[in-house]
Amino acid sequence: MTHNNEIEKFTDPGLPEHIHRKADSDERAAKKAERQVAILFLLSAVGTVLAIGSYIFMPQDIVIFIPIMGDQNAAQLFLGLGIAMATFFLGMGAVHWAKTLMPDTEVTAERHEFRSPDEDREAFVATVKEQGGAAGLGRRTLIKRSLGLAGGLAALTPLVMLRDLGPQPKKELEKTSWETGTRLVTDPGDRPIKPSDLEIGAVAQVLPALKSGEERTLENIGKDAVLLIRLNPNEFNLDSERLSWTHDGIIAFSKICSHMGCAVALYEQQTKHLLCPCHQSTFDVTRAAKVIFGPAARPLPQLAITVDSEGYLVAKQPFTEAVGPSYWERNTK
Amino acid sequence: MSQKERIAGGVANYVDERTGAAAWLNKNLKKVFPDHWSFMLGEVALYSFVILLLSGTFLTFWFDPSQRDVIYNGSYQPLQNVQMSAAYASTLHISFDVRGGLLMRQIHHWAALLFMASIIAHLLRVFFTGAFRKPREANWLIGVGLVTLGIVEGFLGYSLPDDLLSGTGIRIAEAILQAIPVVGSYIAFFAFGGAFPGHVFIPRIYTLHVLLLPGAFLALITIHLMLVWYQKHTQYPGPGRTEKNVVGYPLMPVYMAKAGGFFGIVFGITAFLGAVASINPIWLYGPYTPGQISAGSQPDFYMGWLDGLVRMSPPLETHLLGHTISWNILIPGLIVPGILFTGMALYPFIESYISGDKREHHLLDRPRNVPNRTALGAMSLTFMMVSLINGGNDLIATHFHMSINQIMWMSRIGIFVLPPLAFVITKRICLSLQRADRDLVLHGRETGRLVMLPHGEFVEVHEPISPEKAWTLTSHVQPQALGNVTEDANGVAKPKAIRNKLRARMSAANAEQAPAATLTEANELEGGHH
Repeated sequence: MTHNNEIEKFTDPGLPEHIHRKADSDERAAKKAERQVAILFLLSAVGTVLAIGSYIFMPQDIVIFIPIMGDQNAAQLFLGLGIAMATFFLGMGAVHWAKTLMPDTEVTAERHEFRSPDEDREAFVATVKEQGGAAGLGRRTLIKRSLGLAGGLAALTPLVMLRDLGPQPKKELEKTSWETGTRLVTDPGDRPIKPSDLEIGAVAQVLPALKSGEERTLENIGKDAVLLIRLNPNEFNLDSERLSWTHDGIIAFSKICSHMGCAVALYEQQTKHLLCPCHQSTFDVTRAAKVIFGPAARPLPQLAITVDSEGYLVAKQPFTEAVGPSYWERNTK
Repeated sequence: MSQKERIAGGVANYVDERTGAAAWLNKNLKKVFPDHWSFMLGEVALYSFVILLLSGTFLTFWFDPSQRDVIYNGSYQPLQNVQMSAAYASTLHISFDVRGGLLMRQIHHWAALLFMASIIAHLLRVFFTGAFRKPREANWLIGVGLVTLGIVEGFLGYSLPDDLLSGTGIRIAEAILQAIPVVGSYIAFFAFGGAFPGHVFIPRIYTLHVLLLPGAFLALITIHLMLVWYQKHTQYPGPGRTEKNVVGYPLMPVYMAKAGGFFGIVFGITAFLGAVASINPIWLYGPYTPGQISAGSQPDFYMGWLDGLVRMSPPLETHLLGHTISWNILIPGLIVPGILFTGMALYPFIESYISGDKREHHLLDRPRNVPNRTALGAMSLTFMMVSLINGGNDLIATHFHMSINQIMWMSRIGIFVLPPLAFVITKRICLSLQRADRDLVLHGRETGRLVMLPHGEFVEVHEPISPEKAWTLTSHVQPQALGNVTEDANGVAKPKAIRNKLRARMSAANAEQAPAATLTEANELEGGHH
């Protein structure tokens, strides 16, 4: 090879030679492939028979046990397996057909650059200029601006028309059904509770007692749900005000997470921590539900409780802050 | 003329006399599609979309998208006489009293998971092989739109049954709306028709789930495919494949049979999963009520990373002048996902800006030959994986007997440390692989045969690789650094000096590579041996 300073690169050897399949030349191999495709299609047909058969004839209440999967509804299972077979083998047959018997020589097609020839591009620009110029879009600024204004305004209508989707929030997010003297009742059951109903270490979910004629809605529960926990009174680590909100070792918190509103339902008796199962915010019950871990930024609001003349637990006062997740208007102190 | 030919001719004549489509059809039935297993991923997404349309339509015949209170009175005994929404009751009805109803629900849910999984796999394939480059940027944008809509559509879909688990998901979505500064509580009240949960949300998201979003999908998928058709599919580099051609199989009959068959296979697999693998057993969760919850609450996997980000967020809130801003929701729930998806959408333009590459590309990249992009992809994936793992931190804690606090702290630190680490490691691996390629081309393949030379030294015999392989390993165009251009041709200092400098540095990092082997080098080495 002669020496020169040009760096020579490897060259494209071109498409490799096509390797023929057995079925291309051997009629017996082709016949075999044909039979294989037919078997796959027949399996599909068997699947359809299985599906329709189990839909019509199989009773709905047969339960069969299959290892790993456990108890299965037989009708559901065989219907599904039938449909799976019907579609899967239909597909397999088609693919096998394509792979073994349809032409498999690779074909080369040309590709062209998308960019148009320069004269076409120039002609296009000229047309746009000419036609646009004829409409006077460049010159008539009054039309341009008023069009922009009208177009922009027109887009507002659909937005405005969404207004009646719902009411304004007003003070709705701050209010709950708890009032001074509202009894705490069990959920479920709606029975009033006496302190003696709760052992030390016990937890109970409560709701405010319904006034006569009232119905409980999910919207109420979403703000009213309260968790009662009874501790040994000397386990509290509270300031005097918060301590006065407890009764005989019973402390009450909003059950609605101060982070994103999930129900804070997991109570660890040993550590006296409340854990939210959604994002694992952890609150220390002995310290007025102070956040000790996780993304929540505020303690769970505490509900002041006491007992009424009949000895049932009641709210001493409404919640002093909004329950649930934060929002812009929330006045957090 | 046989009868078959007469019928075929008749049909062709009928169509052509009414549309004049003969030439167009002739050309397009012969259209060439390159073949590679990775081109199947987008196909899987398309077929699972069709399965979703079919199974979803079946479900709408019985599903009652209403939050009106009903007392359940169907054949599932544990929930007899329980008060619940009509949506939940009708989902129970589909599951227990419509033959094949549960199967269809499970096929629908599995197909949704497959849809998202294949979209993500397809997206990764397109990213790592550079298929998004000019002229396909618009299709990349459509793809980003589709994956975003897919997440929303999936979330709305599994929220419809109004069970305890999905209701909790809606509660969290409501809290995200509520956290938006200034207008948040208004948006939440408008969306829910008042206080959470209200009675209008399920019917509203039903309309979005079965009408608006599928319509948007259909439109976007159509444009997506039309662009693929018009621009012709990309192909992997190799002998005989150039920027100017496309090598593959014609649409008719091979591609039609393969694609049609593949739809059957995908359908078969989802039906099999629907038949044997229970998914979202809503009857075990019970109807939604805001006062209850089940432990181990998990969203579907494509939402898991978002949940994981929210879980690892530090407890940050600003309390100012009677207002509250929840950074612990806004940052992980809106700001970080917003940045991620915007970055993803803009990536083709960013890469083209950094590399200065404005050419058309139809040959795909081998990921190792574009170390910077591959490393960036690995970095994003690592970020997503850390988030996703943290989204399942409660299950990991219980299954592997770990402390949830430790997992959370590992994620909080890992989300900052691991992605950059992944970048550096991936880039190094890519460069090493490039050097290995170079080595292979110049020194040949290791044969494993040891030979003892006359003076006692043992050497391994190397065999030269085929010209096809040598071409495949060396044919890629290597990016060049742009250099910092500080003045224009007339010697006038260019404005935006800092921006130019930054671009030059990014471009230099982008161009870091092991030079591809050349024939000259190979010949010189060859000469040295003899």
